[in-house]
Amino acid sequence: MSAPLLEVTNLTKHFPIKGSMGRTVGAVKAVDGVSFTLEKGTTLGLVGESGCGKSTTGKVLMRLLDPTSGSIKLDGEDITGLKGKQLDGFRRRVQMVFQNPASSLNPRQSIGAAIASPLVEQRIKVPGGIKAKVADLMDRVGLRPEHANRFPHEFSGGQRQRIGIARALALDPDVVICDEPVSALDVSVQAQVVNLLKDIQADTGVSYIFIAHDLAVVKHMADDVAVMYLGKIMEQANKRELFENPRHPYTRALLSAVPSVDLDAALTERIRLGGDLPSPSNPPSGCVFRTRCPAYELLDEAGKQRCSTEVPAGAMACHFPNAPLAATVGA
Amino acid sequence: MEPMLSVKNLTVKFPTDDGMVAALNGMDLTLNRGETVGLVGESGSGKSVTSQAIMGLFKESRAVIDGEITFEGTDLLALSEDAMRPYRGKKIGMIFQDPLSAMHPFYTVGAQIAEAYQVHNKVSKKAARQVAIDMLGRVGIPDPKRRVDNYPHEFSGGMRQRAMIAMALVCEPELLIADEPTTALDVTVQAQILDLISDLQAETNSAVIFVTHDLGVVAQLCKRVVVMYGGQCVEQASVRQIFQRPSHPYTRGLMASMPHLAGDTDRLTPIPGSPPALLALPKGCIFADRCEFAKIVPDGRCLNMRPELIVEDDHAVRCHGHELKLIDETSLIGAGS
Ligand SMILES: Nc1ncnc2c1ncn2[C@@H]1O[C@H](COP(=O)(O)OP(=O)(O)OP(=O)(O)O)[C@@H](O)[C@H]1O
Ligand SMILES: Nc1ncnc2c1ncn2[C@@H]1O[C@H](COP(=O)(O)OP(=O)(O)OP(=O)(O)O)[C@@H](O)[C@H]1O
Ligand SMILES: [Mg+2]
Ligand SMILES: [Mg+2]
Repeated sequence: MSAPLLEVTNLTKHFPIKGSMGRTVGAVKAVDGVSFTLEKGTTLGLVGESGCGKSTTGKVLMRLLDPTSGSIKLDGEDITGLKGKQLDGFRRRVQMVFQNPASSLNPRQSIGAAIASPLVEQRIKVPGGIKAKVADLMDRVGLRPEHANRFPHEFSGGQRQRIGIARALALDPDVVICDEPVSALDVSVQAQVVNLLKDIQADTGVSYIFIAHDLAVVKHMADDVAVMYLGKIMEQANKRELFENPRHPYTRALLSAVPSVDLDAALTERIRLGGDLPSPSNPPSGCVFRTRCPAYELLDEAGKQRCSTEVPAGAMACHFPNAPLAATVGA
Repeated sequence: MEPMLSVKNLTVKFPTDDGMVAALNGMDLTLNRGETVGLVGESGSGKSVTSQAIMGLFKESRAVIDGEITFEGTDLLALSEDAMRPYRGKKIGMIFQDPLSAMHPFYTVGAQIAEAYQVHNKVSKKAARQVAIDMLGRVGIPDPKRRVDNYPHEFSGGMRQRAMIAMALVCEPELLIADEPTTALDVTVQAQILDLISDLQAETNSAVIFVTHDLGVVAQLCKRVVVMYGGQCVEQASVRQIFQRPSHPYTRGLMASMPHLAGDTDRLTPIPGSPPALLALPKGCIFADRCEFAKIVPDGRCLNMRPELIVEDDHAVRCHGHELKLIDETSLIGAGS
């Protein structure tokens, strides 16, 4: 079997906390031991609460940030330590679409120039000329090529997100990291952009890492889903498996918190997480989720002891996946 | 029985350098005592302007307002800024869209809740502080005696939203307007806040206008829904009616474009086109240029004439096609399944 397109192993990113006199007094463990693989033409959804490390993971994968440890392999080649020219070559193959379409575009640059910028920066020779390439990209994302000379403020939020997608596609990347690409959009516009991303994938075979906090959108987009909490992956599975048979208490709590539009749905599980997210600079020992876990409270002393001392590992990072859950936890 | 609040044919226009922005174009809404109504619609449809108009926040602005806002028999639009003050904060409380900008960063959370109370109640500083502590406890802030002296930045996002709710409810208003109070929050925190609002509402029997663009939140919290488009109410009905038999083409479009957690759809169905330009509204139906039914309505009526809001039983719809019974009630799109 050939190597997966992208293979991430034990990736960590710690941001040092500087005290007075510039000494390092601690670290924000934004990403803390994340592993997954991504196959060609598929989508991995990355979900979890604000601050759990989704964007940082994306930025490290793009090599916009250097990882603290761990490895990233693209087509079997370790790119973790690449520098200079080699790094440029890698960047051609991995691109990013950002959450806020307004702030990721330069207001004084025409959208045609914005879409062409990766080609210009990388000094790529385009056979038919850059203009034709830009027109083709605009056409592909549903923008009118004759609008190439217009400026970002002349476009709506959904159209600006299309511009960002066209720019990310300019270098024909293998992987596009989409960091909350539809979170700022209204549902009807969101549906347009989600359909567009799926169409592009069907046409080009590009792979996506799709970061979002809206579970319904992730369910619609992804093939596999990884659920993050405090810099770690709690559960990772095939989409169908994860949504139909969630096993980790955090996944179950997250799913049960989504308000349902199905008025007649039986209120099967209603798990409320109490308390606040612990600080990523001082995460709980053992299982990082234990302080808010709806199963932890009901465990016996030996079970609690195990959760406080041993870090759970694997695609379902829980010591007691079948333990009963308390309905509500904390204050 | 008279409704507690009735908004009729409300128009709000803002003069700008580019011309008049027609934010509300004949907005209608009714609310009974103790009732929770969801106000939904796309960004820019006029949800916040409706809320702000009810709170009387345009009284000393350049906005041009017309129509009717009747609250417990009083015409709020006719009131002066001074006469409005006993209503704002006391009878009508509001939770704003952005909790950070609505709280002062240099005063403690407790001081701000206490002040909100003292504006309308003649009590000592000490008594007001105690009210603030009690209120923080009621909205589920742990250790309120200590937390009362924290500054807003020392609270997490969810706690700040709870404090905002405490501030809005401290005078026990009869009407609470909550403008997207959970949009910026994670689903787990949102679930806590929605539970809190339902509990407090059951306790105090206040009426709630809940502004959101999340239809799931509406299904969970509200009995009735008002759907806005282009500064108008296009449909107003029970939650069940809106979700299971939506009538207005825009409401149907909204339902169909939404991804569902239950079930499996391969493709979403977006509403084609983009929201109306409020600087130059069409003379016909504001939704006509995006509407698939506009073609089947005779005489180009949708393009030439604004439809009226037709009320039948508890269901109001603003659509020529619906009025002429050209839209099949049973042809369902989206919604559950
Ligand atoms: N440059 C930085 N320096 C220090 N800490 C950082 C930096 N960037 C991110 N962090 C911290 O790392 C943690 C993870 O942040 P990240 O932006 O990856 O979260 P996220 O999952 O994308 O959240 P959101 O859903 O809010 O976008 C947070 O605690 C954040 O404050
Ligand atoms: N003070 C103002 N001056 C000029 N235009 C305004 C003003 N306030 C609101 N508007 C415009 O009125 C329209 C309706 O705005 P409103 O804030 O009510 O929308 P909304 O439905 O609350 O949207 P969102 O979901 O984005 O909060 C928008 O086009 C907005 O730009
Ligand atoms: Mg992020
Ligand atoms: Mg608003």
